[in-house]
Amino acid sequence: MKHLISAKDLSLDEALAILDTAEEMAAVNDREVKKLPTLRGRTVVNLFFEDSTRTRISFELAAKRLSADVINFSAKGSSVSKGESLKDTAQTLEAMGAEAVVVRHHASGAAQNLAEAGWIGGHIVNAGDGKHEHPTQALLDAFTMRKRIHGSASRGRDLNGVRVLIVGDVLHSRVARSNLHLLRTLGAEIRLVAPPTLLPADPAALGAATYFDLDVALSDFKPDVVMMLRVQLERMNASFFPTAREYARQWGFSADRLGLLSEHAIVMHPGPMNRGLEISSEAADSPRSTVLEQVANGISVRMSVLYHLMSGDAN
Amino acid sequence: MSSRTVLAAADIDRAVTRIAHEIVEANQGTSDLVLLGIPTRGVILAQRIAAAIARNYPDFDSEAAVGRLDITMYRDDLASNPTKVVTESRVPNGGIAGKTVVLVDDVLFSGRTIRAALDAIQEFGRPKCVKLAVLVDRGHRELPIRADFVGKNLPTSREERIRVQLNESDADNQVVIEA
Repeated sequence: MKHLISAKDLSLDEALAILDTAEEMAAVNDREVKKLPTLRGRTVVNLFFEDSTRTRISFELAAKRLSADVINFSAKGSSVSKGESLKDTAQTLEAMGAEAVVVRHHASGAAQNLAEAGWIGGHIVNAGDGKHEHPTQALLDAFTMRKRIHGSASRGRDLNGVRVLIVGDVLHSRVARSNLHLLRTLGAEIRLVAPPTLLPADPAALGAATYFDLDVALSDFKPDVVMMLRVQLERMNASFFPTAREYARQWGFSADRLGLLSEHAIVMHPGPMNRGLEISSEAADSPRSTVLEQVANGISVRMSVLYHLMSGDAN
Repeated sequence: MSSRTVLAAADIDRAVTRIAHEIVEANQGTSDLVLLGIPTRGVILAQRIAAAIARNYPDFDSEAAVGRLDITMYRDDLASNPTKVVTESRVPNGGIAGKTVVLVDDVLFSGRTIRAALDAIQEFGRPKCVKLAVLVDRGHRELPIRADFVGKNLPTSREERIRVQLNESDADNQVVIEA
């Protein structure tokens, strides 16, 4: 594997290898000395054209725990704000010897472009491109589900038959798209719930049946996992729903809906949460919520991804 | 390709028993002894050695004294070889600080695996001393590393392959040299 651009590119074996390695990385993160010498002397650049806290810090920690040198490059306050193009930025990083570039960009396809245009020779990790994909988020979500379901016996296991309900702004969500690809590869059953305005024009193309009513979906589908999506207020450039209160009432995960879940079901959210909009505080802070586990697992999964890309003779 | 058996099942058993005795002798008893096997076959050999010790010293808890040490992330050739799968590392509950740690591997060749293992051990604590037990020493060292306990010294050429088969993980129980 040279790049990680899309969760669609991962075969079942590759996905399981990344998740299994992440188990060992999680063990390292429990040690007193949280460091491995694996990527010593190698350089990872975090190239972030979009605001991000947890993803950037998570990638930074992951790279540092593998002893790589990390350079953080954010568009604000850099040459990009002076009008430099993606191509020139990439070539500059190449000239400085960046061996892996973790890129987040507001344009869908930016990561693919970087990987294929020949501006840069290193490994490209997509950390979110526009409305397209966010593959490491899908991997850490799958890792979190596997850990909750199989516990310490999760090594080598897929998610065969696990029922996952994805709720909310599917239209704008790269998290949803990556999860759809990866969860299907891992054998999970997926349903979507969203207001019709926040679904793509042809929801069937996503390969999952859709509901429009969250209560019906919860009682009909009986999910093992409810994955809430963030309402992306920064992308709400049209009237997708009347008011925030109406959205919260119809599609938000309230305390009442918590009661509709089966005993073992979990509630996931990729963060940052809009409390009171798509998720209530009762749900977010309940023992079913995996929000903080997802953050912790994110580091292990990203360590595993960097290891799989940067070790091995990619050529 | 020709192949020849250099250690049969009985030879392996004798070597394991002798190594077990030598370890106890060098340690002057079985106290504070930890055997760390390097996956995959080093772990099996560590278990066999521990079982052999327990046969002579019934108060030696062979389960509690054996751990495994995955050294993948500490290798110095990660960039030039295909990606390796990382497996679990587990040290005995008592830890390794202040203990006599015996690293166990099947074949000692360049010594690079052992160098990586010495780095990996550090993450778990500071042992009193570290020793090395191998079933086969085939020479061609690239680092100043030597085994303390050797099942068999086997002069080989670089082109030959040593295949260790143990019935816990393989169909057979022998050491074969392939040219």
